[in-house]
Amino acid sequence: MIYFDNVSKLYSDGRSAALQEVTFQIAPKEFVSIVGHSGAGKTTLLKMIIAEDRPTSGQVYFESLDVHKIPRSRLPHYRRKIGTVFQDFKLLPNKTAYENIAFAMEANGRTDEEIAENVPQALALVDLDDKAWNFPSELSGGEKQRVAIARAIVNQPDIIVADEPTGNLDPIATYEVVQILRKINDLGTTVIMTTHNKGVIDELGRRVITMDEGRIVRDDETGKYVL
Amino acid sequence: MFTGIRRVVRAGFVGFWRSAYVSLASIFVMMVALFVIGSTMLIEQLLTSSLSTLQSKVDINVYFEPSAPQEEIDAVRKAVAALPDVAHVTYLSREDALQRYRERYQNNEIAMQALNELGENPLGATIAIQARETSQYESIARFLEEQRTQTAAQNPIIEDINYARNKESIDTLTSIIAAVERASFITMLVLLIAAVLISFNTIRLAIYTSREEIGIMRLVGASNTFIRGPFMLQGVMYGVISGVLALLILYPVLVWLGPRTELYFEFNLFTYFVGNFTYFFVTLVGIGVAIGLISSTLAVARYLRV
Repeated sequence: MIYFDNVSKLYSDGRSAALQEVTFQIAPKEFVSIVGHSGAGKTTLLKMIIAEDRPTSGQVYFESLDVHKIPRSRLPHYRRKIGTVFQDFKLLPNKTAYENIAFAMEANGRTDEEIAENVPQALALVDLDDKAWNFPSELSGGEKQRVAIARAIVNQPDIIVADEPTGNLDPIATYEVVQILRKINDLGTTVIMTTHNKGVIDELGRRVITMDEGRIVRDDETGKYVL
Repeated sequence: MFTGIRRVVRAGFVGFWRSAYVSLASIFVMMVALFVIGSTMLIEQLLTSSLSTLQSKVDINVYFEPSAPQEEIDAVRKAVAALPDVAHVTYLSREDALQRYRERYQNNEIAMQALNELGENPLGATIAIQARETSQYESIARFLEEQRTQTAAQNPIIEDINYARNKESIDTLTSIIAAVERASFITMLVLLIAAVLISFNTIRLAIYTSREEIGIMRLVGASNTFIRGPFMLQGVMYGVISGVLALLILYPVLVWLGPRTELYFEFNLFTYFVGNFTYFFVTLVGIGVAIGLISSTLAVARYLRV
């Protein structure tokens, strides 16, 4: 479903590299964790998938689509196939939890009926029915991240890309978020997640890609956190 | 399509209301800017009208000999009136001149006695000439001098032209008018540019506070139009509201100022403002909307380039 073909990313000084000749693929319905030290290239890798960053050489394919050949005007359309979750949540501060999720659907051109039906469902899935009309500033970190996940899944994307989703959360919130991601994966959505959290990886027992200095150094089917 | 427009409009209004402080700041700055532009328009008008009042007081008088035949006076009068630079010619006949003299000196016995003793009308006819522009008096005067020298040989009909005596004051006035017009134009241009730039910058700052939101919207797959729409609508709202507020402030200021300008400039600014209210409304609100729309579009475009 996602295929990296010899992808390298050099910084503008031309010497240091964020990614070096990265090649791997992800099958549908997989749950892949990417681990590595800070600066190992995990986030750059995810940015390649959502076309926020361009490789210096190599190609990234989403199904049969060369991601970096998508014209700028078609990018929003492409991004609607992907749900994104970030360490810093990236919620719209002027919108309530409900409106944040509804915004993703509105941007997608869904009808009002669909929005009225799916947003409460997504909120229920992340167990936040009672906080629907709170603004992000009135929510805890774990709650914000759950809103972000609800927003990511509400358009039924093919894949969820999560960049350190538990990075800012306490252990209990971390556990909840990972459980929600696992539930989403069980429902048939591919999940790619970067993390620093050894506990999360060991608990999941799914595929783990280990990165170091922009290279993939390990790729285990049922991985442990090894660095 | 319709749903999209409705959503953009709703998002614009909600965004306007929820970021009330930022909206208020932008509206306030734009209001001041539009107030400056409005005042500039009024001052310009005041200058123009007082200059034309002044100009209308400048004229050239041609005094004819009392013995000059009526046909020749009429000929000169027609020739002058036909000149393209001449705006207005006022003719005062011998009889009218006498009548006016009598009225003016009716309480002066010596003057009346002198007049009665003469037995005949000693006064000549006069024409007063007004030019369209003060700078044109020169050429009119030259034309009159030519007329004078042509007829002078046999029996002169023109006794005197007062241009030479007035020349200095007319020249001074002409140069003052030109200088004032140039200076006011430059001042207004500078004020206008400053007002536009300040408003522009304020809106850009307002949108700068939303730059992360714009990035997030892109990441959840919102199209550029969908992101830009609410901001553009807010820019238009800033323009409309600040334009109306500027007009609301101008109103009481002019109620107070109107009678005073009437007194000094013979031009009531308040009457002018009320009479041309549509013009002021369209101009100020129009400039406001244009500034709001253009600056918000440009500012969002900057953050859309992720």
